[in-house]
Amino acid sequence: MSNRTISQEYLKGLWEENPVFRQLLGMCPTLAVTNAMINGLAMGLATSFVLIFSSLVVSSIKKLIPSQVRIASYIVIIASFVTIADRFLAAFFPPLSKNLGPYVPLIVVNCIILGRQEAFSSKNTVGRSLTDAVGMSTGFIFALLVLSAIREILGMGTFFGLPVMGVWFKPWVIMVLPAGAFITLGILLGLFLFIEHKTKVRS
Amino acid sequence: MEILTILISAVLIKNFVLYYFLGICPFLGVSKKLDSALSMGLAVTFVMSITAVVSWLINHFILIPYSLEYLQIVSFILVIASLVQLVEMFIRKISPPLYQALGIYLPLITTNCAIMGLALLAVRKNYNFIESVVFGFGSGVGFTLAIVLMAAIREQLDLADVPEPLKGAGITLIVAGLMALAFSGFSGMIK
Repeated sequence: MSNRTISQEYLKGLWEENPVFRQLLGMCPTLAVTNAMINGLAMGLATSFVLIFSSLVVSSIKKLIPSQVRIASYIVIIASFVTIADRFLAAFFPPLSKNLGPYVPLIVVNCIILGRQEAFSSKNTVGRSLTDAVGMSTGFIFALLVLSAIREILGMGTFFGLPVMGVWFKPWVIMVLPAGAFITLGILLGLFLFIEHKTKVRS
Repeated sequence: MEILTILISAVLIKNFVLYYFLGICPFLGVSKKLDSALSMGLAVTFVMSITAVVSWLINHFILIPYSLEYLQIVSFILVIASLVQLVEMFIRKISPPLYQALGIYLPLITTNCAIMGLALLAVRKNYNFIESVVFGFGSGVGFTLAIVLMAAIREQLDLADVPEPLKGAGITLIVAGLMALAFSGFSGMIK
């Protein structure tokens, strides 16, 4: 059982235990779909849906799951919600579903989701697990939006598809290529560590 | 010819790590030493080839005939997880030296998104049986190539003067970015 207050439980996902920047989890979708902001946002929302509902189910039935088969049970629960998200996107947002390609079904192997079930939902109450899941989801969406904003503005000169840079601006093609994803995330991780180091020195 | 195209494309052009961003976790985690990177690569290649066979069989003999395609995600993940366990027990029985060499890397593969990604991509590309197997093997070789190159670079990088905040994951990702850039030079090979 964790002994944080509810608001601390929520806020830890944003910075202190941010799944992408601090725990380095869920790297595959983070790098793959952040070439445009709309893709990053859709991926973030789909992952949040799966994470929140899986946490809800796992924390409600945690006493019924025998501990020997818990990982397999979590995977089946997660896979069911991923199927729902995948079919939903394919039915109502076909172009988006096409852009995200195999990365929507791949949410099932996103380590953030299984990690939270194993480390948190299986040990805590429903309310706490939900708060934790919403916090982690916000942190994940935040990370995807930061990364995709940098890549979209520099790579295409647009923000959510709207042009923001002047006519003088020549798009940096490398930012929308796979190489741009790796380099941007690498520099961001360094930047976040640098900021943390500075604040620690000051206090 | 078609088969050769699939093989080259899977190894060099659409490399699993550097183009599809699949298998990033082991790519970052197990690339500190050259020999462990090689063992990981071999284990992944082995499991990928088997996964390609099994997922094709499941898809064409169970899911499609009974129009159960919506169960792809659930069935693939369960089959892959049990397959890795089975392969582990099998290798331990048949070839203890190989088991020693692959060691802890085999169970780690279950959570590797590259394996699941392979099964899903092979279905989306509508490959026939032979093509799926070649795609699985080629993707494994591509993964091995990327992780071995990365380990070799990281061993040299230990001696370099990297700025403090970039040490660890930061510089590894930047190196991976430069590798991805180099690999994108291969993209002109196949139209």
